[in-house]
Amino acid sequence: MTSIITRRRFNFGAGASAAALPLIGTGARAQAPLGVGFIYVGPVGDHGWTWTHDQGRLALEKEYGAKIKTSFIEKVAEGPDAARAIRQLAQAGNQLIFTTSFGFMNPTIQVAKQFPNLKFEHATGYQRAENVATYNARFYEGRAVIGTIAGHMSKSGQAGYIASFPIPEVVMGINAFTLAARKVNPNFRTKVIWASTWYDPAKEADAAKALIDQGCDIITQHTDSAAALQAAEQRGVFAFGQASDMKAFAPKAHLTAIVDDWSGYYIKRVKEVMDGSWKSGDVWHGIKDGMVKIAPYNDAVTPAARAAADEVTKGIVAGTLHPFTGELKDQKGTVRLKAGEKASDELMSKMDWYVDGVQA
Amino acid sequence: MTTAILVSILMTLVAASTPILLAALGELVTEKAGVLNLGVEGMMLCGAVAGFAVAFSTGSTMLGLLAAVMAGVATAMVFAVLTLSLTANQVATGLALTIFGIGASSLIGAGFVGRTITRLGPVFPAALSEHPWLRAVFGHDIVVYLSLALVIGVSLFLRRTRPGLILRAVGENDASAHAIGYPVIAIRYAAIAFGGALAGLGGAYFSLALTPMWADGLTAGRGWIALALVVFAAWRPGRLLLGAYLFGAVMTLELQAKAAGITWLAPELLAMTPYLATVAVLTMMSLGRRAGRANAPACLGKPFSAS
Repeated sequence: MTSIITRRRFNFGAGASAAALPLIGTGARAQAPLGVGFIYVGPVGDHGWTWTHDQGRLALEKEYGAKIKTSFIEKVAEGPDAARAIRQLAQAGNQLIFTTSFGFMNPTIQVAKQFPNLKFEHATGYQRAENVATYNARFYEGRAVIGTIAGHMSKSGQAGYIASFPIPEVVMGINAFTLAARKVNPNFRTKVIWASTWYDPAKEADAAKALIDQGCDIITQHTDSAAALQAAEQRGVFAFGQASDMKAFAPKAHLTAIVDDWSGYYIKRVKEVMDGSWKSGDVWHGIKDGMVKIAPYNDAVTPAARAAADEVTKGIVAGTLHPFTGELKDQKGTVRLKAGEKASDELMSKMDWYVDGVQA
Repeated sequence: MTTAILVSILMTLVAASTPILLAALGELVTEKAGVLNLGVEGMMLCGAVAGFAVAFSTGSTMLGLLAAVMAGVATAMVFAVLTLSLTANQVATGLALTIFGIGASSLIGAGFVGRTITRLGPVFPAALSEHPWLRAVFGHDIVVYLSLALVIGVSLFLRRTRPGLILRAVGENDASAHAIGYPVIAIRYAAIAFGGALAGLGGAYFSLALTPMWADGLTAGRGWIALALVVFAAWRPGRLLLGAYLFGAVMTLELQAKAAGITWLAPELLAMTPYLATVAVLTMMSLGRRAGRANAPACLGKPFSAS
């Protein structure tokens, strides 16, 4: 069972408005299904970040059927106003609420205080409470895999990287990608364009074109649309998908994609609420736990590149390979990791420096 | 190699400028008739989604462009009925139209997310359109040439034809135009429809040519740039063309500078330039320079009702 509350979206027809009605007054009665709510920052139709969270919600419905009742509010602006949307879900009888963007952190904590009996889960944040847990994915592991492929597949030894904002999450990805590529080709260079937006398809496409003009023959991105892939397809160079498998947009260019898969975590946490074992905590899951996945390789990926990429994936899963292993220096020559040392989560979550080979 | 990069930059520049030019040209005509329609972004999005939906369903990009024009006109008519027939406040209605367009396009487009179509291709045969440097002139699609023709057309219409003179009269002094027998409301309906048509076409340029896909908010605020551009151009089609290409050049060069690793020129500075220029033009106009004041339609944004 699903009910959809859409803000800033016009509900034409009785069906849409009727679907929103049953939410009001569904208190926690005995035998009633467990209410699970989601707050999304983007539209479900972004085919990226929000879409992957909604796939997680759908996986929940498939797993638990009539035992749960999910609902979501999409396109919720980050910041104070989000509290209203979170409170709406809390008052509608949901017992577990996922808030799926960094900017929902303070509103989530605030609403959680008002509803001490409900459980909250906030994605990518760092503030926790008795009834607020946090979760995030180790996307940098996926970056290391695609970086390895880029090192093998690039003829010019130059990749173009369309990035959003210089926050640790993005910087970490750029470094992991470049380090992996330079293991294959020591002269590999990554040219970064800061788009200063998460989402502007035309600008992302133009950035890709500019990078290709400057000699990059591999395009990767940390922005949300598939426009850069389309530009790569048009110009006949390779590219990687972001957040979801984007092969449909660029059948020839799309080598593989880093896919976010939240379903395993969501299913586990809902079960814990059902049997009363839910506790607040913090998880940062990666390839090993299935939260980060690598999409099927394109036929164009050479056997050598496949083998090397699989090797990296296996090493990460086995724990023998960490994308950030010393000795590691930043561009100024400061030693960030001693020989053999593996980066701590603390170091990575504060990363504000670049490795050699990055032009940012 | 250098020629190849220059030609490529030029192609990107033209492509980036075209949708802004189209939307701004439509708004220019609307404003010349004395109507301020702030709903350009909304009309562009409706055009973008309608164009993509029809092109995807029929497989014809041309039908998609046609549908976009009609969708733009339809959206503009909502505005026209509210502001002209019901004399609602133009600023508030225009803003509402943008919000409506964002929502409506998202609703219509929900089923088309993740789909893709064949990109709108060049007009001329491959010998010209894929030539290493001739393609800078002949390598564009039909909408680019159409937009340039429309600039000339609108310019001639406004300055050299009688209907153009009447349209300007309606925008300059609606009461006088009404007194000597011109149908003020009907002319404004037509001007708003033209603005909607070009906004729809500009929007479809995103979903059919630049990034052949549909995603929510695809135009990402270009409608607002178009609005600023009309003021920047002091309501002159020629200067509008210059302004649109200046915007396109700045947007393209900003990215090229970043890709080339040029660090001495702050890209943020480059990104600010067109807006600073707009503010400068506005300031000059309010200081009473003749060039600007002569062109701002005197009745812009004022409701009219025949008494």
